[in-house]
Amino acid sequence: MNNLTTWERMELIHNKNRPTVNDYIPSLFTRFMEFHGDRMCGDDGAIIGGIGFLSDTPVTVLAQVKGKTLDENKRTNFAMPHPEGYRKALRLAKQAEKFHRPVVCLVDTPGAYCGVEAEKRCQGEAIARNLYEFMTLKTPVVTVILGEGGSGGALALAVCDELAMLQNSIYSVISPRSAASILWKDPTKEKEAAEILKITAEDLVRFGVCDKIISEPEGGAHLQPDMAADSIYEYLIDAVTRLKKTEINQLLERRYKKFRKIGMFTE
Amino acid sequence: MNIEDMFKVVKARFTDDNHASSQKEKDVEIPQDLLVKCPRCGSVIYSEEFENAMKVCPKCGYHARLTWQERLDMTVDSNSFKELDADLVSLNPIGFPRYEEKIAKMNEQCDMKEAIVTGECTIRGYRCVLGIMDSHFMMASMGSVVGEKITRAFEYAAEKRLPVIMFTASGGARMQEGIISLMQMAKTSGAVKRHSDAGGLYVTVLTDPTTGGVQASFASLGDILIAEPKVLIGFAGRRVIQNTVRTRLPDDFQSAEFQMESGLLDMIVERGMMRKTLSNILKLHGFPKEVH
Repeated sequence: MNNLTTWERMELIHNKNRPTVNDYIPSLFTRFMEFHGDRMCGDDGAIIGGIGFLSDTPVTVLAQVKGKTLDENKRTNFAMPHPEGYRKALRLAKQAEKFHRPVVCLVDTPGAYCGVEAEKRCQGEAIARNLYEFMTLKTPVVTVILGEGGSGGALALAVCDELAMLQNSIYSVISPRSAASILWKDPTKEKEAAEILKITAEDLVRFGVCDKIISEPEGGAHLQPDMAADSIYEYLIDAVTRLKKTEINQLLERRYKKFRKIGMFTE
Repeated sequence: MNIEDMFKVVKARFTDDNHASSQKEKDVEIPQDLLVKCPRCGSVIYSEEFENAMKVCPKCGYHARLTWQERLDMTVDSNSFKELDADLVSLNPIGFPRYEEKIAKMNEQCDMKEAIVTGECTIRGYRCVLGIMDSHFMMASMGSVVGEKITRAFEYAAEKRLPVIMFTASGGARMQEGIISLMQMAKTSGAVKRHSDAGGLYVTVLTDPTTGGVQASFASLGDILIAEPKVLIGFAGRRVIQNTVRTRLPDDFQSAEFQMESGLLDMIVERGMMRKTLSNILKLHGFPKEVH
């Protein structure tokens, strides 16, 4: 269904007209209200959090924001969250649990921010805490990867009951550029590294990481953003309705097993 | 004389010197293992002195990397260790070039099948489940086997109502296993959560270096976080950050002391006090001392 190479897909998701969460949120949710802050340190512009109606179900939305202009990107830090972003996400997820609202995570990040301040505020701990708490969050969690699923920075919003990926999106433990510089001491060989790492939606279905591929319009989501939004909407309605019907302990058991079973070894 | 010629003269002298000293070394035959150099401060130390100090640099206090066997010997009561899940061997999930060869080479070099050893033991009479990561094995990166052994250790401890002590060391997730390695972060964190929800105690001892995907998962999730002095702890690599921020980072950036100030750690404990500290924590949590 998709004959593009990994590199061609990466070019598509880096297209400056590719829809971001700012385009998708108004078409997916009604009466959306944004909530700010982690109640500890600050408000991170790289993650939007809030609640809105998905059809007639209120849901909590946690979304990583890529800007389209330099000014937007200054505010959203190119969708690279600081620890306070992950802590805001966790605070709102806990609130969703309290009010029995399903959580919808929209992932699109090159990775968690690497900087002095991020380290001082314990970036690693913030990510770890999200993995830990989301695993037993007593409400359905659905994650959709819209473009880039960059390593731990993406995983912190992707411990979920179901993971869907847009057809051209990628999800990887390391950026092909970094992999190339480790492997061959040559970051310009990122095209080769991208193929080796097996990071496309089809690859991840094969590994049991991705549950559903959401198709994109011919030529990529940027050519017909409404059509892409419709496909995401259709998937979310289906997934949230299904997961809401599942008894909560059964849901948590399945969530644990979804990750528990991943690994390839002999004994 | 122009400047290039000057360099030639200096260069020639150096080459001569090197030649002379290597000749001298051959004559005297200094054993290679008599001296060691501290990887942190560069001081040259007698090997014997270094070994007697449990591989702690007497000059700067850096707690050097240990093999799993060395760590085991200085931590657990003798003959108390029973290894768990010893035979797990990684496959090559994404068909990464020459990954099997690399693993085979590491098996031989490190006398271990994977980068972590797990088991049950007593420490000064207190029973616990123990994990020791060994950075000599592919920088103790976390792939399928490391993730699975940690997960099983926590599940076993939850079932037996035992505390868990993890000596962490890692460069992060194992790139050679692609997305499968990233998923081990979620898998291990989930296992820690279940152990915790069952009332289990988990103590993390962060050793040199604990970084990347391991620092951003089970290594940061202990009820109590202890670090050895001067070790490296952090999420992102120093060079990555240096390239992002384009300013010189302070020398102690991401040291245990830096992380203590950041609020990540409960305490920094010297190697010589580790057994006592761990057993005291177990005692304070009401675990019984076994008498032999």
